[in-house]
Amino acid sequence: MSVRAKKLELVCPAGTPAAFRAAIDAGAHTVYCGFNDETNARNFPGLNFSTEELATSVAYAHKKGAHALVAINTFPRAGAVELWHKRVDDAAKVGADAVILADIGLLDYASKKHPNLRLHLSVQAAAANADAISFYARAFGVKRVVLPRVLTVQEIAAVNRDIDIETEVFIFGGLCVMAEGRCSLSSYATGKSPNMNGACSPASHVEYREEDDELVSRLGGFAIHRVGAKEAAPYPTLCKGCFTAGDYKGHVFEDPASLDAAALIPQLAEAGVTALKIEGRQRSRSYTEAVVRNFRKAVDDYAAGRQVVGGALRDLTEGQTTTAGSYRKTWR
Amino acid sequence: MWNAKDIPLFPAVGAAVLRLAPLAPLSMAGAHLVKTLIRRHPSLFSRLGEQADKVFLIDPTDLPFAFRLQPHLEAPTLEAVRREDAGFWDARIGGPLAALLGLVHGVYDGDALFFSRDLVIEGDTEAVLALRNAIDNEEIDLASEIAALFGPFEHVASLPTRKVSSAVGHFFGVALTRENEHQA
Repeated sequence: MSVRAKKLELVCPAGTPAAFRAAIDAGAHTVYCGFNDETNARNFPGLNFSTEELATSVAYAHKKGAHALVAINTFPRAGAVELWHKRVDDAAKVGADAVILADIGLLDYASKKHPNLRLHLSVQAAAANADAISFYARAFGVKRVVLPRVLTVQEIAAVNRDIDIETEVFIFGGLCVMAEGRCSLSSYATGKSPNMNGACSPASHVEYREEDDELVSRLGGFAIHRVGAKEAAPYPTLCKGCFTAGDYKGHVFEDPASLDAAALIPQLAEAGVTALKIEGRQRSRSYTEAVVRNFRKAVDDYAAGRQVVGGALRDLTEGQTTTAGSYRKTWR
Repeated sequence: MWNAKDIPLFPAVGAAVLRLAPLAPLSMAGAHLVKTLIRRHPSLFSRLGEQADKVFLIDPTDLPFAFRLQPHLEAPTLEAVRREDAGFWDARIGGPLAALLGLVHGVYDGDALFFSRDLVIEGDTEAVLALRNAIDNEEIDLASEIAALFGPFEHVASLPTRKVSSAVGHFFGVALTRENEHQA
């Protein structure tokens, strides 16, 4: 196999400053993170960054030759847009290399107030075709789009042929069944959604209880899973709930499984993708270190013309099983 | 790469011996340890926020007792209790001792242990997440925290504490210091 020129950028998650350093030290080219409030889509207790912590982390990334991105990717509430504006200002002030935004109004604000701040379009914007992506590029100067996890590799290649900006795709981590940015399923049980409040199945509404050797998960008082002692437990999300209807019992929307597209790295590179994104800002520094180290080796192997080996991280995944997701739509 | 199925259990013989042991000395040591932790890691509280007022039952399921933790800023406590005497708690985190110590030292991922059912959480999920994330960010090394209990003699106690922790941890298959982080 010949040596390939294409070097893919590895974009890695960090929920805390410790995880941020772990990601950089494990080989991340770029780390993305968010502020400790509702302006980002991983707004969980004890997680995320103060402005001071972000400044220190960005400086650490730059010292190590890496980049830092800040996700401000929820949709501002009517009457409360100042918080989202402030966070864009804060990210620019601490020297973030780019902000990851989804809301049109916020993109407009950032492009006008901080013309030198690089803008990435969040997966939350659900821009899944060339016309939509090109609109964001023309209107706001967006330089990169994070593609929704609903496209096949062939569709990604088609998008890349018709746009002039970079594309970033998810390579590993949790999966959502919905078009990103448009899922309000959680709000039917809790009154809160990832799009507005930054948390799907907020922890304040989740309850686990051991009942007769079964682990029962409740969301907003509704039982959504009941798993036996030997079964893998899923996240407490409605989309992966196991329900009974008449004689049927099963996962109505989606099985609990996680994305692992390591084996598709060569095809994704050939489809014109610039960057590979790892999901999991809510996970520990142990997860971050293990996954980043594994995928850094994978992208280096690909760049050097060596075979890319995947599947080593199953124990870290939801459902303890992995899938290539929509990249290979085998059900078609 | 660690495998959830490889988490060692505390030896049954050792657990049987501990069943007869008095808990008061352990509670006294726990109280000192948690006060030292909080003095040395003040940012734990900014991450815990209002969850610092909650009561956590830290339950090593392979030991004959559990720990009742109140990480309150003014009066933190860590008390060893028999399960039947645990009293009220807001949140329970249960699992093998090695898994719980591995979480503290960043050897294991909490979500992965939950998926594999090696870790059980009950009660206030918000409090559990806040505690997990706050501890994960602190990069705590229990051997260093124990050495800090010696006050002005910390620098003298540091090396022997680390060596003893490393040897004991190796014998029982648990991470008592961050030095074991990449050996798991």
